[in-house]
Amino acid sequence: MTETGTYLYAVTEETPSSDVEGLHGVADTQVRTIPCEGLVAYVSTVPLDQFGAEPLRRSMEDLDWLGETAGAHHHVVEEVADRAPVAPVRLVTVYRGDEQVKDLLRERHDDFVDVLSSVAGRREWGVKAYVDLSAPGPSRTAPSLGGPGTAYLKRRQAGLRSREEAWRQAAAHAEHLHATLSTVAVASHRHRAQDPELSGRKEAMLLNGAYLVERSRDDEFLKTVDDLRDRGVEIELTGPWAPYSFTDLEVRGDG
Amino acid sequence: MTVDGPRGAALAEQGRLPAERVALVDLLDRLLAGGVVVSGDLVLSIADIDLVRISLRVLIMSVRENLGEA
Repeated sequence: MTETGTYLYAVTEETPSSDVEGLHGVADTQVRTIPCEGLVAYVSTVPLDQFGAEPLRRSMEDLDWLGETAGAHHHVVEEVADRAPVAPVRLVTVYRGDEQVKDLLRERHDDFVDVLSSVAGRREWGVKAYVDLSAPGPSRTAPSLGGPGTAYLKRRQAGLRSREEAWRQAAAHAEHLHATLSTVAVASHRHRAQDPELSGRKEAMLLNGAYLVERSRDDEFLKTVDDLRDRGVEIELTGPWAPYSFTDLEVRGDG
Repeated sequence: MTVDGPRGAALAEQGRLPAERVALVDLLDRLLAGGVVVSGDLVLSIADIDLVRISLRVLIMSVRENLGEA
């Protein structure tokens, strides 16, 4: 018989409706719940010939497997997030069995309650900003003060500096964007910029931000994003996401 | 997950990059660098190996292959 482990997706507080019938997770396994002391862990039983340390080392390098598994994990988190404030757990967190998951919920009960209360009623938005340095810089034709000759010189200087300037301006705008969005958000986090080959864009990524926003301020947040578009910086919005970037609870079980 | 995803869709139409892969990169930002991190009595602790590095390397390799075939 194949050995199995308990794959952990997310934790919530206990809710009246924690029914997960028909919900499937990684490797098409049935999701179930483990309630313990007012918290609920969303888990499924996974075969260790796929989810043991060694097989995982290999499969994490298989893009199809990774995409499928990340998608399945995300799907469960989304379903759970629809019902209650959720603390998503990092990809491929696998326990030896249910007892260890219960130990976790017992030992770190207060930490989970803290995290869950900090994300309740809030969602995460992603905002990425890019600058295209191959495009001509923003044309800023200043009113000509010193006659045609001076204007020509100014244009020429501007042309020489435009690339560097465009970059500086775009970077400054991205910083401004992040700072402004952070004032509307409850919390913010900057992920590292994505490699251009991964983002699928030739432009350089200046900002890969995540923002935790009160639902009641979603409209204000989205309007702020729109207001800050088109200043030499292209902005891409993703979300809303479950609060992945704001559950930075590091849990060290001693058991 | 992309709300205003014309860029991803446009890229997909051009055959440069599948839209879902664009989303996967954003998802991996969150699933591999975010979320509650648990270590201890686990079968596998994600801290054991640099999964982020491995996965991103694989993604890059795969994207290059796709671009090469196109």
